[in-house]
Amino acid sequence: MNTAVAAARAGLDTDATSIQVVGVEVVAEGVVAVTLADPTGRRLPPWTPGSHIDVILPNGLVRQYSLCGDRWDAYTYRIAVLRETAGSGGSEWIHTQLAEGQILGFGGPRNHFHLVPAERYLFIAGGIGITPLLPMIQQADRLKIPWKLLYGGRWRRSMAFADELTDARGHVDLVPENEFGRPDIADWVGDIEKGTRVYCCGPAGLLDAAERASANWLPHTLHTERFVNGAGRRADDRPFVVHLQRSGLDLPVAPGTSILDAMAQAGVGVLSSCRQGTCGTCEVAVLAGRPDHRDSMLSETDRDAGDCILVCVSRAHTSTLTLDA
Amino acid sequence: MTTPVLTPPVVDDDPYAEEHLIDRLPVQQRVREAGPVVYLSALDVYATGRYDVIREVLADWQHFHVGAGVGLANFHVEKPWRPPALPTEADPPVHDAPRRVLTEVLSTRVLRRLRSEWLAEAEQSVDQVLARGGVIDAMNELAAPFPLKVFPDAVGLPPERRRDLLAYGDLVFNAFGPQNALFEKSATRLTQLSAWVTTLCRRENLAPGGFGASIWEAADRGEITLEQAPLVVRSLVSAGIDTTVHGIAAILHAFATHPEQWQLLRKDPGLARRAFDEAVRWASPLQIVFHTTGDDPVEFLGTTIGPHQKMMLLIGAGNRDPRRWDAPNNFDLGRDPSGHVGFGMGLHQCVGQHVARLEAEVLLTALADRVEHLELAGTPERGYNNSLQTWNTLPVRLVPA
Repeated sequence: MNTAVAAARAGLDTDATSIQVVGVEVVAEGVVAVTLADPTGRRLPPWTPGSHIDVILPNGLVRQYSLCGDRWDAYTYRIAVLRETAGSGGSEWIHTQLAEGQILGFGGPRNHFHLVPAERYLFIAGGIGITPLLPMIQQADRLKIPWKLLYGGRWRRSMAFADELTDARGHVDLVPENEFGRPDIADWVGDIEKGTRVYCCGPAGLLDAAERASANWLPHTLHTERFVNGAGRRADDRPFVVHLQRSGLDLPVAPGTSILDAMAQAGVGVLSSCRQGTCGTCEVAVLAGRPDHRDSMLSETDRDAGDCILVCVSRAHTSTLTLDA
Repeated sequence: MTTPVLTPPVVDDDPYAEEHLIDRLPVQQRVREAGPVVYLSALDVYATGRYDVIREVLADWQHFHVGAGVGLANFHVEKPWRPPALPTEADPPVHDAPRRVLTEVLSTRVLRRLRSEWLAEAEQSVDQVLARGGVIDAMNELAAPFPLKVFPDAVGLPPERRRDLLAYGDLVFNAFGPQNALFEKSATRLTQLSAWVTTLCRRENLAPGGFGASIWEAADRGEITLEQAPLVVRSLVSAGIDTTVHGIAAILHAFATHPEQWQLLRKDPGLARRAFDEAVRWASPLQIVFHTTGDDPVEFLGTTIGPHQKMMLLIGAGNRDPRRWDAPNNFDLGRDPSGHVGFGMGLHQCVGQHVARLEAEVLLTALADRVEHLELAGTPERGYNNSLQTWNTLPVRLVPA
């Protein structure tokens, strides 16, 4: 608290694009939980259940991980990472190289898997798909909304956080495949009552099964999140150049500096407010180049369009970014 | 060893006393300079006028809640006069869904589509007042009618009774203050207007394609409940009109009293957005907001604040805190007003701020293009409101370019 007050007093609003590893813990076979904090000890941007962050690894890979900690803790994030030996090396790096004290790049948090109001929740997790559901379950408990969880995995010892769940207030069905085979989702869900929402996260096969089962449910009942593999999206914490079309300036942006600060130093001030990518005040139009969006604000449509950028946190995938300023 | 608990300084000013509603600077200064957190004996609340402390309270949603009301009334012990505002008076988790829906309804992409239409409307408004020539009442001929046209249209409200929307907002922001004689006197009208606004927020009374209809569509998709939808629409009507009208009045007043700043804007119309935020910092249309501690005491800056205690945030004082702002009393387009708390900050930061900014920006763009110079043409008259800095009249002479 005092750090934040001191920072505000000094007029310091540093930009939130790096995050420090403060804990690494094996929580199940092939799964590590990583605790992250702001390198200067200040509050992290707030988030809602279902949110993920982009983690930018020193080897240039970008990975999205669901936040699975407690949002009432303003100072740390928790993510959990499954070791995927057939992957492109992101999880492998985390399992073998990640250590306390390391500083990583990060973007977000963003949420494409919102928890909507409901009279009861049915949660269906497959393996590491449990992560976004944990804060949802905590939220359902807080609101005293009845819930059930179907949690499938390869075998019991590979299923992370099962112990956190068993003393929860809802009803948990743990279904390790080696003991019980694959669960029948339609059968487990049964008749859907009005006001029920089903949240499902896990491997593609599970999501496909959930979508097939949902054919008989009321519209908007099923909410799913597919893990998109971010391979190919290289992070660019490298230096790049911002070309300001109207001002006719070329500004180098070094790692650790934001476009916003580079522009301010060049006397081209952009109005901003939160400096965490959460409010949208510092939006600038992009005329050329590809933004590396690190904010929590823009919708997928806006991000894909690539025609605007929040300069307080976002960077560039291309070596030059041309802005309307 | 335990740290001794400091007792916050006592300030006996009542920020709601009539003399403080017109010129708020003296009381702002006394509260701000007395300490980071003070106790206001007249109201039995804690208060702060320091920029950094306001930022801290606004950021710390875990300890400082809005669910007990963002006005003086403490919902832990008093029954609210109306259902609590949504999402304004909801804490997480209930806050999440309505906030998200509003954020999407008012997204930058939606606003970008509105800009050309609103700019044309602004140009027409400015041309009309210039055609009348000479002295105008900038409050009632520009600052009020323009937002009252474009914003309720965008919400999908009927064209009738637009001035009543302004009157409703005025009463709502009064009701965030003490339930004094001023409030009692207006209670009947508030009840009537509130019932009328409630009917406006029903699905069948909102034009298709507007913000209101989008909110109901989100409810149909289950993103908020059908019970929440009219309250979320209501928050647009309550919070989105008076604040913007008086914000625009504040900027016109600022330029009418700072002709050299007007010339800067004319030279660089790109300064319009910054100018609006500087005016919001300088004048702080919304002056006072409360947060409330939860069920547990909060250790805060050396003081222990008990459970369910109200903390008054003097927004206007923070926006003129010399610890944060150089020459805070100057309206100056050369300054970067980023980080002001006129729209709040954090989880509950004004969700409509980009709408207000767009309204102000298009109006300033149209004015800067057509007006060489503006100046006061008489003594402007402020209005009395417990929470807002308002204007009744703003006589201004516009010199066409």
